Amino acid sequence: MIRPGRDDSPDRLYTLTGGRSRSDAHDFDLVTLVVSESEATLGMQSEHAAILRMCRLPTAVVEIAADLRLPVSIVKIMLSDLLDMGRITARHPRAVPSRAELPDLPLLEQVLVGLRNL
Amino acid sequence: MDSAISDPAVRTPLVRTADNGLKIVVVGGFGVGKTTLVRSVSDIRPLSTEETMTQASRGIDDLGGISSKTSTTVAFDFGRISLNERTVLYLFGAPGQERFWFLWDRLFAGTLGAVVLVDTRRLADSWYAIDRLEHHGTPFIVARNDFGGPKYTAEEVRDALDLDPRVPLIDCDARSRTSSKHVLITLVEHLRALASARETAS
Repeated sequence: MIRPGRDDSPDRLYTLTGGRSRSDAHDFDLVTLVVSESEATLGMQSEHAAILRMCRLPTAVVEIAADLRLPVSIVKIMLSDLLDMGRITARHPRAVPSRAELPDLPLLEQVLVGLRNL
Repeated sequence: MDSAISDPAVRTPLVRTADNGLKIVVVGGFGVGKTTLVRSVSDIRPLSTEETMTQASRGIDDLGGISSKTSTTVAFDFGRISLNERTVLYLFGAPGQERFWFLWDRLFAGTLGAVVLVDTRRLADSWYAIDRLEHHGTPFIVARNDFGGPKYTAEEVRDALDLDPRVPLIDCDARSRTSSKHVLITLVEHLRALASARETAS
């Protein structure tokens, strides 16, 4: 099986992202939910088109990376491009505690209710 | 690994209203049952992905000569549970080995908490993970996956792990959905107790 992230030369990954090694403006989390705001168009980079197709319903960054079989950081750069072009929107995690802080009680209660209902 | 990858075309998508992703990390040595636990409670078959760390992404802002840079790759599995129409909990299975911790902040900043899954036949595999979680200030519980090995008392396991008495230690069978669900509930109850204590203190 071909796994681009693991087996390809770094050059290929470098090309996929237009030569950048990291995203600057947008802080995508692993669990940021991405939603397409437009359809894929002809001539679009194939990975961009694939992202737009898979995000018709909200899809987490980490699921996109798994489906594209690309490292998470590469996918984040492509998502930043799509966000800049207005082709996707991003729903970032809320109530994310910073280091050594705990999430608030109402959120934890909500999680407990959800888990108990499984 | 192909069998572990579910087809996006058949994977249950999230609902349109989903807008808040949460994280819990299951940490443990190779073969301790992380993916089994994730699979037991996940709405989807576990997926696998990876992250690479190059020198450039460590913060050295030099875009030249990428191909000459060394990179470290870590692979991890994950599943998810839709908790309600807006909230979705992602469960990550993370290897406990040393190089992985370089990526902890980038991958798991903002995680609710962690489960350290241990095999009592190889408790020493967990020492490093426990040390690192304490270092990162990530709240955690310890779950002992039952492999039918020799029976140790909870006290013996706590002693061997040098575990803080306030950290819950429970037994589980990662193959069982009910048991794995209990592990997650125990973690979140622990988080709630910590959060209540903090609120009372402030």
